[in-house]
Amino acid sequence: MTITPDPPAPDSSAAPTAVDPVAAGPATGASATATVDPAPRLVAEHVDLRYDERSIVTDLSVALPTGRFTVIVGPNACGKSTLLRALARLLTPRHGTVLLDGQEIRRLPSRTVAQRLGLLPQQPLSPDGITVSDLVSRGRHPHQRWFRQWSAADEAAVAEALRGTGTAALADESVDELSGGQRQRVWIALAIAQATDIMLLDEPTTFLDLAHQIDVLDLLTDLNRDAGRTIVCVLHDLNLACRYAHHLIAMRDGRIVAEGPPTEIVDAALVGDVFDLDARVIPDPVSATPLIVPIGRHDKEHRSHAEPHPHPA
Amino acid sequence: MSRGPAARPTAAPGGAAVAVDHGDTGHDGTSGAVAVARAGRVVALRAGPLSTRIDTRSVAVSLVLAALVVAGLCWSVTVGDSSIPLSDVLGELFGWGGNPDSDFVIWHLRLPRILTGVLVGAAFGLSGQVFQRLVHNPLASPDILGVSSGAAAGAVLHLAFIGGSSRAVTVSALVGAALTVALVNLLAFGRGRSSYRIVLVGIGLSAMLNAAVAHLSTRITLNDAQRATVWLTGSLSGRDWSYVRPLAVVLAVLLPLTMIAARQLRALELGDDAAQGLGVEIGRAKLLLSLTGAALAAVATAAAGPVGFVALVSPQIARRLVGTRAAGLVPAALVGSVVVVFADLLARRLFAPTELPVGAVTAIVGAPYLLWLLARANRIGSNP
Repeated sequence: MTITPDPPAPDSSAAPTAVDPVAAGPATGASATATVDPAPRLVAEHVDLRYDERSIVTDLSVALPTGRFTVIVGPNACGKSTLLRALARLLTPRHGTVLLDGQEIRRLPSRTVAQRLGLLPQQPLSPDGITVSDLVSRGRHPHQRWFRQWSAADEAAVAEALRGTGTAALADESVDELSGGQRQRVWIALAIAQATDIMLLDEPTTFLDLAHQIDVLDLLTDLNRDAGRTIVCVLHDLNLACRYAHHLIAMRDGRIVAEGPPTEIVDAALVGDVFDLDARVIPDPVSATPLIVPIGRHDKEHRSHAEPHPHPA
Repeated sequence: MSRGPAARPTAAPGGAAVAVDHGDTGHDGTSGAVAVARAGRVVALRAGPLSTRIDTRSVAVSLVLAALVVAGLCWSVTVGDSSIPLSDVLGELFGWGGNPDSDFVIWHLRLPRILTGVLVGAAFGLSGQVFQRLVHNPLASPDILGVSSGAAAGAVLHLAFIGGSSRAVTVSALVGAALTVALVNLLAFGRGRSSYRIVLVGIGLSAMLNAAVAHLSTRITLNDAQRATVWLTGSLSGRDWSYVRPLAVVLAVLLPLTMIAARQLRALELGDDAAQGLGVEIGRAKLLLSLTGAALAAVATAAAGPVGFVALVSPQIARRLVGTRAAGLVPAALVGSVVVVFADLLARRLFAPTELPVGAVTAIVGAPYLLWLLARANRIGSNP
């Protein structure tokens, strides 16, 4: 089944200092390895995640495919954001471990983690009055020291991140005054400037209108394809998730119900299992990925008819 | 919500040139040579593995503020019960020969007192800047950790039960402040030291200590109560070199420490999750910052009493002068010095020969400013 977009050739040259995520061409020499999946770099093994004594996730294991675009979906409070926080080392599992490059992430220095793995939280704070370039430059924090506060590499990475996200023209604007879509691009620019191979994003499209949602997801796809970055993203919109994800993880009640390429795992039964929702799943006319057409309580009367009413009287 | 000029990601790589990297020398700074790259207000300096970034306006503002501190200091030395000509003061201070009649007054009475003011102001300004950025609140000050109420309790306890010299009171104030800060940190330690928790614990503990101070004040002699009141308002009266020297030594240690720790503020300002994502050990960073900030305020409070509003307004003034939200620590410290030096000048001359405590003047100037800030914060608050 090859309806999904071909996974990008993982570009092993995308070193943490890569400064040209968008303009870089597709990896040329990597075609030999493209058929073999590289080993997953970020793995959770039997993790139990809790806030205080409230258990959110129990005994969950997952390996995030390297160089792919992974999307985590699930109903509210299913533990998807909690899982993302644990993968980013923000939350220490009660039991089990999270491994980054085979090492226990909890034992790695946080700077080391931040040079390999970036996180865009759901609602980061932008200090009031901060300019776009100042905000984006803070993505360089893990690469800086008190004696090395603004290296040429920092400068180049920030310039490139601004250019890659189309926010260069806004560099001197105040972040407060941007639209929601622009602001989200600026935050993604910060994550790009951090120059990590793995990027975790918690609902990067929330509060955006549809056009800007597509915009952000296209941008993430660029990062994945052109620079071979591993993208892991929590999304609410199942249709967009199916369209953009190479690898879909469907969660419910703190466990994984199904994972795999959307075309292989998403059907009406899965939507029912995960969201308690009746739906029909048809091929997306644009991308041929699964398209979920929900059936609400009031639509059910129509189901007895052979065809839905295309023309209301 | 309009789609901005840059709504499409990959379509606009050129055109909108980034305002960075004007310097062709900026890359891979060859060893020894200092490379300078300029971008608008910001200048990058690089030499081998060393690099830093300087905001030109911040530097200009700092230079002007430093000049103001020196000017205020010199002026202040001329002023007093006997006024000394400026030429004598400059001659004495810069060593090109002054008037032997005035050198005692200059070196032993006025200069140490004014220098204490300079150092205390800098410490309060710096401390205020650290706390306001740490808890994301322009109304924050070291008082949220109970620094001044702790120092006050220490001082008044000393006056009530031990008695003795002003210098001994200073030590007790310092101990009181340190114990209070430790207690606030201890009580607020659970659950990742959230800013709200620290603020709430600090306020609660301060209220208890203030009640204790009020109670104690009613039980000490009138003379001691008067001394306590002056101390509680914040005063530079009678501060000699025995105040300046320890203050200078402590600041010489705390200043660079704070500067290095403050680098983490750039990440912490983005929220705890984002800061952790950027590799900050937030628990450690917050503890270090709140301790250095509290230590600065505690030392300053011990030396001059809780000079009101300096820690609160200095960072705000600095921010407006520098014109960016992330105004550095140096401008805030210098504003603190300027505020205290000129407030002290006013305190000494306003009702001469009667001297006001310097804290009374900073409060008279600072309170309206606080009100204005609150009114403004309210307006902003309605539109988050």
